[in-house]
Amino acid sequence: MPVGLPREILDLTLEHLGMVFVSVFIAATAGIAGGILLTRRPVWQGWLLGFANVMQTVPSLALFGFLIPIPLIGGIGKHTAIIALVLYALLPILRNTLAGIMGVDPAVRESAIAMGMTGRQLLWEVELPLAARTILAGVRVATVTTIGTATIAAAIGGGGLGVFIFRGLASVDTTLILAGAVPAAAIALLADGGLGWAEKKFSPV
Amino acid sequence: MSPVVAFRHVSYRIGQRELLHDLSFEVQAGETLVLLGRSGSGKTTALKMINGLLRPTSGEVLVDDMPTTAWDPIRLRRRTGYVIQEVGLFPHFTVSDNVGLVPRLEGWPPPDVRARTEALLAQVGLPYAQFAARYPRELSGGQRQRVGVARALAADPPLLLFDEPFGALDPVTRLELQRQFLALRRDLRKTAIFVTHDVREALVLGSRIGLLHQGSLVQLAPPQEFLRASTPEAKAFLACLDWKREG
Repeated sequence: MPVGLPREILDLTLEHLGMVFVSVFIAATAGIAGGILLTRRPVWQGWLLGFANVMQTVPSLALFGFLIPIPLIGGIGKHTAIIALVLYALLPILRNTLAGIMGVDPAVRESAIAMGMTGRQLLWEVELPLAARTILAGVRVATVTTIGTATIAAAIGGGGLGVFIFRGLASVDTTLILAGAVPAAAIALLADGGLGWAEKKFSPV
Repeated sequence: MSPVVAFRHVSYRIGQRELLHDLSFEVQAGETLVLLGRSGSGKTTALKMINGLLRPTSGEVLVDDMPTTAWDPIRLRRRTGYVIQEVGLFPHFTVSDNVGLVPRLEGWPPPDVRARTEALLAQVGLPYAQFAARYPRELSGGQRQRVGVARALAADPPLLLFDEPFGALDPVTRLELQRQFLALRRDLRKTAIFVTHDVREALVLGSRIGLLHQGSLVQLAPPQEFLRASTPEAKAFLACLDWKREG
């Protein structure tokens, strides 16, 4: 093992985590807000879900590549990588928010309205608490996927653990590939476990 | 005295389908009007017009002399108790939080909400100490429906709407709750509109029975008179009684 490798693993792991955190945070904010909006404006469901679905189908390496020539949001570097990761993470969160809220028992929603709850009270006191578990499940899927996909960010200069993987591929060095892959897998497992625990904890019933 | 609820030539259409056709009737303070009808007769639709869950396509529904379309829907609903067959208790709220919901939304101080919840649960036969902290899933169907009734009564609304509240219960529990309904009506003297497809229930609970058939009101009479009704629709319902007697 080359000297300084442990230090570099730590640095790149932190960089990777930062990139994942920012991407998932943005995707969760946009996805949950978008999901709530879609329950209020059902006609937009086809468009927004269609967009998120299409983003999901573009091969990840290609999506990173496509973004490079786009002015303002594109180019080489971390912000382009984050935009791509957000686009990927959006679908599961958006879809689960919508499914969670639409999945609330119609009798519960009707009685909330009939009790004289305002739209805001219905959302915050009934719909979001009852959908919390499904929404968090979406965030969990998005997080785990993002941790894996973020390794590709290195291909467009985004840094992170993918740096080891691409370097290892170029030099046919399995140790280097593992230096990127193992920490990424470990983070994914930890995130999955942690968010799974949160799902149970925040589940209201 | 002016009626608490008045339907004036109310029709309701979804697309080409007419669910209510030129419905006119009045409900006086303190009476229990039972809307009787088969599935799809429009009885639930009519009920939902009263608390503004639905708006008439033509005609108007007056509550305390004001059209439902002129009411602030939130105000109208908070002074109208509503009980449905599926109960619709909030699964993530305890029994006491479910019952205390409308008083809390109305901004009552917490000690008042608690006192009111305690009194109501006692009134529907569920001791506070035993039931307040439970969740709806920890209750039987009959207990859940009692909580539903207590919740509807919570802010002391002058008008109560019941949509087949006892329909999903076993016959013994249903009878118990019907008795309780009569006792509550005697004590509270509220105006109630009660939807059912059970002619026995209608005869026992109603001070008047309105028979709906395909969105039209075909009969409106007190129980004794309803028993002598001669329209084919009323006879069809009364035949259910005879069959049960023979059997």
